[in-house]
Amino acid sequence: MSEVIVITSGKGGVGKTTTSANLGTGLAVLGKKVCLVDADIGLRNLDVILGLENRIVYDLIDVIEGNCRLKQALIKDKRYSTLFLLPAAQTKDKSAVSEEQMKKLCTELKEEFDFIIIDCPAGIEQGFKNAIAGADRAIVVTTPEVSAVRDADRVIGLLEANDLKSPALILNRIRIEMVKRGDMMAVEDVTEILGVDIIGLVPDDEHIVVSSNRGEPAVLSDTSKAGQAYRDITKRLCGEEVPFMSFEENSGFFSKVKKLFSSSK
Amino acid sequence: MDLFKFFSRNKGSSKDVAKDRLKLILVHDRVNCGTQVLEMLKNDIIKVISNYMEIDEEGLDIQISQADSENTGEKLPTLYANIPIKSMKKRT
Repeated sequence: MSEVIVITSGKGGVGKTTTSANLGTGLAVLGKKVCLVDADIGLRNLDVILGLENRIVYDLIDVIEGNCRLKQALIKDKRYSTLFLLPAAQTKDKSAVSEEQMKKLCTELKEEFDFIIIDCPAGIEQGFKNAIAGADRAIVVTTPEVSAVRDADRVIGLLEANDLKSPALILNRIRIEMVKRGDMMAVEDVTEILGVDIIGLVPDDEHIVVSSNRGEPAVLSDTSKAGQAYRDITKRLCGEEVPFMSFEENSGFFSKVKKLFSSSK
Repeated sequence: MDLFKFFSRNKGSSKDVAKDRLKLILVHDRVNCGTQVLEMLKNDIIKVISNYMEIDEEGLDIQISQADSENTGEKLPTLYANIPIKSMKKRT
């Protein structure tokens, strides 16, 4: 059974594209056939995060307008043979696609793939409507900030109004030392406000910047904390029950370092 | 370090501020009622009540907040109005 999952957030810059790239790659690592769809027409970036920017010939619009066959536009990943990318067009805008066309595209992709992950553009206009049109379920990405949570709430309302009931939440860029200090909302605070289930907790991790520099998703790194968090989410997407990462261990390390410094003074 | 503690104790943790602000913002977002609508509502309420009593317009407070529904225990957006009465109008 295949599933179309849309990754959305409302607010820009909270990590939709990074999340899409990592979940897609993570699922491919688990042996699933995955197609990543960049629905951010005009501002494509998923190709860059995956390091596939040099391989683009055709894009989503070409497929929809019939300039090429679907298979011609799909770019095979460098590392995993079961992972494909359908890139967004860079020269068109969001109005070049309709909701009906996206639905049709998703139905076609479902015949080939186990998972279709759609990277939704920021905002709640046509691009958003297109991205969610063919989705079976939605994942909302947010960070523990007032503006991001507010937009997430808005998007959750819109998803539910479009029959995407009970979207799952990924809380991204958690800084545990700030949470402990009481200067950042904790998971419980955010879930209490939004009233949705959590599917992933991703710590703020410098490795994400490094991996986007290199075009290699962090989910492939054994040392990246965020990578571990994404691996856990992919397992949850496959129906496995995985306990949430303990942030305690991390802070234990920090407090040890802190102690080391304070004793040397 | 102690200096930080001193400040954070004084101001309360900023996450609580964030949470409180968010809750209020979302109550308004969810019922789709902005400050402009609230202001219009306030003026209308003043107009109606003024037919019957003299009220302290300065002390008037109208806001939407979240309250538990008596029937279901669900959180529901609730219009809260605090209207101080100065005196009743004499009926003519």
